[in-house]
Amino acid sequence: MDNTVIRIDKICKGYRIGHRERYLALRDVLAQTLSAPLRLFRKGSSREPAADYFWALKDICLDVQQGEIVGLIGRNGAGKTTLLKILTRITKPTSGRANVRGRVGSLLEVGTGFHTELTGRENVYFSGSIMGMQKKEIEQKFDEIVEFAGVGKFIDTPLKHYSTGMQTRLAFAVAAHLEPEVLLVDEVLAVGDLEFQKKCLGRMEKVSQGGRTIILVSHQMNQIRRLCKKVAWLDEGQIKKVGPTAEVAAAYEAAILSRENGGRRQANAQKVKARFRHWEIVVPRDENPHILKSMGPVKVKFVVEVNEPLRMLHNGIGLYSAENQLMWGTATNIASLEPGVFEFIYELAVLPLKPGPYRWRVSLYDEHKMLDVWDCSPDLLIDTESHGHTVDEFAGLLNIPNEFSIRDEAGSPYKVRAVRGALWV
Amino acid sequence: MTSLDSSVPIKLMSRQVESLADRETTQWQIAPPRGWFDLNLREMWDSRELLYFFVWRDLKVRYKQTAIGVAWVVIQPLLAMLVFTLFFGRLAKMPSEGLPYPVFYYTALLPWMYFATALTNATSTIVDHQRVITKVYFPRMILPFSAVLSGLVDFAIGFILLIGMMLYYHQVPTVATLLLPLFMLLTIATALAMGLWLSAVNAIYRDVRYVVPFLVQFWLFASPVAYPSTLVPVRWRWLYGLNPMAGVIEGFRWALTGHGQAPGVLVLVSAGTVLVLLVGGVIYFQKMEGTIADMV
Repeated sequence: MDNTVIRIDKICKGYRIGHRERYLALRDVLAQTLSAPLRLFRKGSSREPAADYFWALKDICLDVQQGEIVGLIGRNGAGKTTLLKILTRITKPTSGRANVRGRVGSLLEVGTGFHTELTGRENVYFSGSIMGMQKKEIEQKFDEIVEFAGVGKFIDTPLKHYSTGMQTRLAFAVAAHLEPEVLLVDEVLAVGDLEFQKKCLGRMEKVSQGGRTIILVSHQMNQIRRLCKKVAWLDEGQIKKVGPTAEVAAAYEAAILSRENGGRRQANAQKVKARFRHWEIVVPRDENPHILKSMGPVKVKFVVEVNEPLRMLHNGIGLYSAENQLMWGTATNIASLEPGVFEFIYELAVLPLKPGPYRWRVSLYDEHKMLDVWDCSPDLLIDTESHGHTVDEFAGLLNIPNEFSIRDEAGSPYKVRAVRGALWV
Repeated sequence: MTSLDSSVPIKLMSRQVESLADRETTQWQIAPPRGWFDLNLREMWDSRELLYFFVWRDLKVRYKQTAIGVAWVVIQPLLAMLVFTLFFGRLAKMPSEGLPYPVFYYTALLPWMYFATALTNATSTIVDHQRVITKVYFPRMILPFSAVLSGLVDFAIGFILLIGMMLYYHQVPTVATLLLPLFMLLTIATALAMGLWLSAVNAIYRDVRYVVPFLVQFWLFASPVAYPSTLVPVRWRWLYGLNPMAGVIEGFRWALTGHGQAPGVLVLVSAGTVLVLLVGGVIYFQKMEGTIADMV
């Protein structure tokens, strides 16, 4: 049995460069026609000289199975939203085709079709309808939607009297109650208060457990890691890598953060007393010596070249997060070192940090004088399974494997279904 | 042949959709725009609820923040009728085929104002809804449709006033009144046909919205609103009928009051024109539909 719900086959989307200006003025066309009236009749139409295309998407191929949540990552302008727009049929591809099986719902923004003059109730009906719900369906779910949004007695008040938060919640509530077989979600979860984000993520997890398929665009890598089994990385309109989440996410993070030089530092022009040359992970050994796929133990080495004898050496080390927060640090005083090349090795019993990019900063002092401070490049990329909250903000800094259980007063296990994830809805 | 490209509804066998067994599963193929006629009637029919919601919302929004609300619906044609009666009737002494001027003008202004409003609203509808268009898919043709349909409520209210007016002036409706829905249908079709053309063009060339008020004004004088069509020489009457509103308005007056001639040729030519405009409009709109989201 073929479980493929979405089959994208060599989809391309090009914009003629001239057409990227938002719209044309009739006067321009008239002026062009007047200045060269004969061009209109020439073969190969006048307004379209050798077509200069900007390719927003190029040869995209992707299969999505039923019940999968597929993450779509990539820089801004990589074509993620364009791809979603083609799958929802908002716009047509220039070439290629895609097959989508089932009712498609899209969530490219919250509050599609909302009108501030209308009451909450009226907006729920219209917004629900435009997003593909039947009237009957909206009627059935209406109370649920209102409760989910938590707007209660304001439901018959015009939307313009709502706070922004309330508007967002109502909009989300409608969206969350869409039950298409295929749901396409653009970075909409970035807005709204955190409590509500949790609620929506929980809802989404539940939806996919019901056998529905989701394509999710997000910049929150933790969210992607938790929700998606498979990720496609788009870069400049092409699929750069597609596969299991951990693998693709790691490659993506490595690419956006590493300044590729293999961890080797450019030699300085002038001779210095001592300096760091490069760094790498010694244990556990991976193809890429800067990606860490376990939480420890870890052995890291920093190669130091010493050009002149050092008498009162001091070595500092710190590990910083992408937000430049110090995760861990220590320092060592070393009696003396003769000229030569040395490996400074740090063995860490555990390194339970949440997945993502980190940066070492190492320093060398001699007799209280700074010799070298190096913000190590490339970054250390931690690529482990996340044991934290789905929402980045709630996951914390550490990645701690954990178990949860409930026991009754007598101390025996209490049997109840408990599923990890965002807020239950 | 209609291309089956964009929507081939396929009912899948139940074993394939176990978890979603209660739903009808459809399969979509997404492909580049192709063919010159790609009208998807099935999809339009499936979206009828949404069409209803668009009309419903339009009406709600329109009268939400007005001080006298629905009264505007009555005031507009009434004021126009007074102005026409005064200037074209009393002052210019326009022939009115034996009808009292207020009835003569109101019977024409009622369909005309419906048409003018529907046309204007339909033209701007794509641009007005650009936010929604770029964020969610639905058959775009719903937009000009709903713009044209939502004007019907105003028309109905104005029509009640007309009944009162006819009672007041002791105008007895004739059997021909039964043809009225036909003329109304022709009006709707005309507004829709023009709306399809203009809304699509307006999405590409924003100048259109500046042109439309002039168009409406010229059109008014090219239609027998202020004068009876009998002023037009008989041998040019068929040409006059190329303006669909000529047949409609003359027909309206005739069907309601029995005055004037049955506009046979006029209506036939008008109907033919509308048909051509409508089919052309649908084709053109359909052609634009796939790329409208990129334009607005």
